[in-house]
Amino acid sequence: MSDLRELYQSTILDHYKKPRNFGPLPDANHHAEGYNPLCGDRVTVHLFLDGDVVRDIRFEGSGCAISTASASMMTETIKGRTRAEAERIFERFHHLVAGPMEALPGPEEVGKLAVFSGVRDYPARIKCATLVWHALHSALGDAGTVSTE
Amino acid sequence: MSALPLLDVKRLREDFPILQRSVHGKPLTYLDNAATSQKPRAVIDAITRYYEQENANIHRGVHHLSEVATAAYEAARENVRAFLNAPATREIVFVRSTTEAINLVAASFGRSRVESGDEVLITTLEHHSNIVPWQMLCKERGAHLRVAPIDDRGVIDLEVFARLLSPRTKLVAVAHVSNALGTVNPVRDIVERAHARGVPVLVDGAQAVPHQAVDVRALGCDFYAFSAHKMFGPTGTGVLWGRAELLEAMPPWQGGGDMIASVTFEKTVYNVLPYKFEAGTPHIAGVIGLGAAIDYLNGVGMDRIAAWEHALLVRGTELLRGVPGVRLIGTAPQKAGVLSFVLEGVHAHDVGTILDQEGIAIRTGHHCAQPVMDRFGVPATARASLAFYNTFEELDALASGLRKVIEVFA
Repeated sequence: MSDLRELYQSTILDHYKKPRNFGPLPDANHHAEGYNPLCGDRVTVHLFLDGDVVRDIRFEGSGCAISTASASMMTETIKGRTRAEAERIFERFHHLVAGPMEALPGPEEVGKLAVFSGVRDYPARIKCATLVWHALHSALGDAGTVSTE
Repeated sequence: MSALPLLDVKRLREDFPILQRSVHGKPLTYLDNAATSQKPRAVIDAITRYYEQENANIHRGVHHLSEVATAAYEAARENVRAFLNAPATREIVFVRSTTEAINLVAASFGRSRVESGDEVLITTLEHHSNIVPWQMLCKERGAHLRVAPIDDRGVIDLEVFARLLSPRTKLVAVAHVSNALGTVNPVRDIVERAHARGVPVLVDGAQAVPHQAVDVRALGCDFYAFSAHKMFGPTGTGVLWGRAELLEAMPPWQGGGDMIASVTFEKTVYNVLPYKFEAGTPHIAGVIGLGAAIDYLNGVGMDRIAAWEHALLVRGTELLRGVPGVRLIGTAPQKAGVLSFVLEGVHAHDVGTILDQEGIAIRTGHHCAQPVMDRFGVPATARASLAFYNTFEELDALASGLRKVIEVFA
């Protein structure tokens, strides 16, 4: 059970049960869909980009605790950031859950997202955590649908 | 059924080396048998013996080893014939998998029979491997794919099915047992209705052969496809059985060695059945392993396996219904081997990860049957699937594992 709590931290379960910034965004001017063909999960990211700044961000879709919490916390982290900052956070997040141990970002680099550090011990679940970030990446570049495959 | 002696499951489990191992420090509880089954020592030994003592190419050499390998390979074909109660060994075609068997029929039978405006009839509960080959065929030929619906239990309505048979229907393709729901389809009734309209029937038997005796003559179907690896044999080996008169009339599928009688640049004469459909060196060790799996199953007894698994299914259903928030997906009166379910408030992936920490292996996701998931309005299910070596204790472990899931998400 203690191992499982590393993965299912209370913050993650809280965001799963009460996802923040969930739903459509009528003013959005950028969208992208993420699709995980392994599980059939879909997530859509809506962005309102004001010049280079993410003024607003929301997401829709259904997924597991890890993917839903990841999406919810991503929206909180990204709101108000510039494109370049968002991309840099994505890179750090990716290192956090899937990068080599020597490149593991410190808590000061990832902030609240550090709760996802347990995911790296569950290789089958890494895509759950990163799916929405890949969707964000393509929404920032307007690439449309992304797949984890 | 009640007159049958129960299986000595504890002793039979000793035949499976992998069932002795642990996962995450817990004894392995393997409940993912619909994905692939575990292999008994007898199968592993047969494959090892082939590579250590008999390895040679078949149907070619005059040397001793080639004769031994050919004899072992062809003995497995006769084994399969007897297992299916098929009329003739030349009707047994070895392929890679159920998927390949269906693709063979779609490409050979389908392309020679299905014309623009024709129809192929399947059902909602099919695995993707019994959907996509027909979609591809229909697209290529300008034909239409018709789909017979299922009810809320996962049961086909035979009357609706019969109404979907039309003068343009060229083939019915249907699962014997649904991999996502466990429904045992009424194949004999389906065949009866299709044959009344002169339509041949292909049966996807991948999920049926590990659980019950299959008699293609009693079923009355025209093609039967299955994979070795779901019935305790190796991966990469499958079988297509087809009626000789249909197979004879079908053009070859793949060209190459073994499927020819003579080749010149002007003309090739194709080999006789079944070799016409077996181009190239096959998975010889896999076929020999399949033969050994059939011997093993015959030793245990398919009727006893079916009776024990039914007892497991009844107990598993009771136990899952006793777990708060569990909804079973697939509640057909005739079921085999599958407990598919969703747990309220918890995604199937999270269920799977937490059970894995308890050493319990189940499948989560859409089970290569997305139309079934759509039909029940769920993105994914958790699926515990049974084999004869499973025990009541393992079902108890599953139920208490689910209570742990609920605890984590409380």
